[in-house]
Amino acid sequence: MKRNIPQEILPLKALQEFTPARIGLGRVGTSIPLKQSLEFKLAHAHARDAVYSELDINSLTDLLKLFGLPVLHLQSRVGYREQYLQRPDMGRRLNKESIDLLQQGYYVETDIAVIIVDGLSATAVNKNSLELLQVLIPQLTAAGFKLTPISLVEQGRVAIGDDIGHGLKAKLSLILIGERPGLSSADSLGVYLTYGPKPGLTDEARNCVSNIRPGGLSYAEATKKIFYLISEAFKRKSSGVMLKDNAGLLES
Amino acid sequence: MSYKHTIRNKVYKFPDLKTLLGKASPYRSGDELAGVVAESYEERVAAQITLADVPLKTFLNEAIIPYEQDEITRLIIDSHDITSFSLISHLTVGELRDWLLSDETDTATLTRIAAGITPEMAAAVSKLMGNQDLIAIGKKCEVITRFRNTIGLKGHFSTRLQPNHPTDDPKGVAASIIDGLLHCSGDACIGINPATDSPSAVNNLLKLMDNIRYQFDIPTQTCVLSHITTTLELINQGAPIDLCFQSIAGTEQANSSFGVNLSLIDEAYQATLSLNRGTIGHNVMYFETGQGSALSANANFGVDQQTCEVRAYAVARKFKPLLVNTVVGFIGPEYLYDGKQIIRAALEDHFCGKLLGLPMGVDVCYTNHTQADQDDMDNLLTLLGVAGCNFIMGIPGADDIMLNYQSTSFHDALYLRKVLNLKPASEFEKWLIKQGIVDSSGNMLPVSQSHGLLDAMIK
Repeated sequence: MKRNIPQEILPLKALQEFTPARIGLGRVGTSIPLKQSLEFKLAHAHARDAVYSELDINSLTDLLKLFGLPVLHLQSRVGYREQYLQRPDMGRRLNKESIDLLQQGYYVETDIAVIIVDGLSATAVNKNSLELLQVLIPQLTAAGFKLTPISLVEQGRVAIGDDIGHGLKAKLSLILIGERPGLSSADSLGVYLTYGPKPGLTDEARNCVSNIRPGGLSYAEATKKIFYLISEAFKRKSSGVMLKDNAGLLES
Repeated sequence: MSYKHTIRNKVYKFPDLKTLLGKASPYRSGDELAGVVAESYEERVAAQITLADVPLKTFLNEAIIPYEQDEITRLIIDSHDITSFSLISHLTVGELRDWLLSDETDTATLTRIAAGITPEMAAAVSKLMGNQDLIAIGKKCEVITRFRNTIGLKGHFSTRLQPNHPTDDPKGVAASIIDGLLHCSGDACIGINPATDSPSAVNNLLKLMDNIRYQFDIPTQTCVLSHITTTLELINQGAPIDLCFQSIAGTEQANSSFGVNLSLIDEAYQATLSLNRGTIGHNVMYFETGQGSALSANANFGVDQQTCEVRAYAVARKFKPLLVNTVVGFIGPEYLYDGKQIIRAALEDHFCGKLLGLPMGVDVCYTNHTQADQDDMDNLLTLLGVAGCNFIMGIPGADDIMLNYQSTSFHDALYLRKVLNLKPASEFEKWLIKQGIVDSSGNMLPVSQSHGLLDAMIK
């Protein structure tokens, strides 16, 4: 594709080094030139594909074996993706089969439940969850924390970890979930931790570490933050706003 | 009081005005989530037919959220202007719709009745209107506000330059500001959503913008969209604050979840006024709203999201804002599912705000999990231009890299001005000509490498 770059845009291109924002795009008439317009469309396409992506259950189940923990397959009450997008309330609750599955298991009180949820980007989970856990889990077990089985959850929202953590009798639930895709990142993983998980909690009870992905927050940096928050949560026997207020150490 | 209507032997009953308003609302996902939608297409129209016969006076006697329970209801009732209302007090909701559309009801008449319209009346009448009606009446309204320039005059169309940056990096912010100014953006204001709400970080951004504005003598105003308590603290420290920003919602409890109430807003309003920084006017407040905010704070009390939204405009109206911006597509698909719902909601918000006398702008936007794309935004942008919307956002390439959503680009505003023959605020346009950014007919000129704005950045 051969095009003439309008001469007048060149001076503005020099501004691009200062910000990742889409500046210095040039213009054709009053419009954005085609190349830049297609770049935008491609970024949006990646984000849209991520919203409709699915957990790679088989491969994740296989790979998670390396931690030596049982893996549970659970589902929310959502039946299909359009419903997921419109009914966050249903994505926060387990369906009947999953509740039964949790009730059939005999669980003793344990420290941490690792819960992997597709959220708004299964792509983020498929790409980043195992890599993060490979850094995080050894550190948690070395510090003496005991882990419940790992849950793999489809069509879930963050709060579904409350049902699951409670059912598994965990003192703390650690949710790995795909974040809402942005144009610059469709594969961003978020981690939420909740001390004393039980149904009915709200977001004030949680702490969050966000933007975990290559090019965002690295697995090692994320692990540092998560490990600090978990240690503090166990010390204070609580998580959420109170913990966040005192997390000055986290500022990098 | 209960309401009912019979269609082919089926009796539809609506126990109260609140239920009737919800059932009469055009469908949107947030009302489904709230459980207030009509259960069938027929029930929706039955509700609309019923609502059409409700006298406007009923709205003064039947509060949808009790007077004792909610300070916004008290504000609405206590500030209602009987003199303005007298022109329409004999009408029903349906008759108001026809009256608003009639040729005799002109801009001056609409200005005269604004203080007599309550949010619930505006919401109710909008539910009986098609998009075309919302546009036609919106266009007849004219709401003009001033600080360092004049916003909202017919034939003019402004933008808020939104130079956000994920870490508030000063050079990154400045680069986006300069790119925007060179694309004629920023006459409504230059307004940054800060990544952190710490007073010192906000102060740095304020100084940065004030320096640029002062150095280039730009007839516009600047704003950091921090929490109102942060702004108050900074006013006391002598920071250069032109506009005081706050997000607001339509119930006392929802506002409380934002950490604000009427008395706090009033305190900040008075403090900002006292700085006396406006040169040609004293509209110093900038409010943002959006359908769904009350429900997302679990504070909608069974009221549909559009009616809640218009109640927020009563809060805005009390403080004579320079700008009111409905951030329509930001909240996500559980409230507004797709382009169709976003477009309808934006036109409703613009119409209802204008009818109440507010300087309405719209953040024409969507998130990536909403069923919408740039084509929907092109449609909405054009419709709002036709409807006489006061301002939209100007964001580099339509991509907000801090808030992670898509809004309107600098180019979008240039397009709209061109196809609809609209001009920026005239003070700002004169500045653009003086800076050699446009010629005297408003056509864009090539940017020279040695342009002062570029030079200031690169050196």
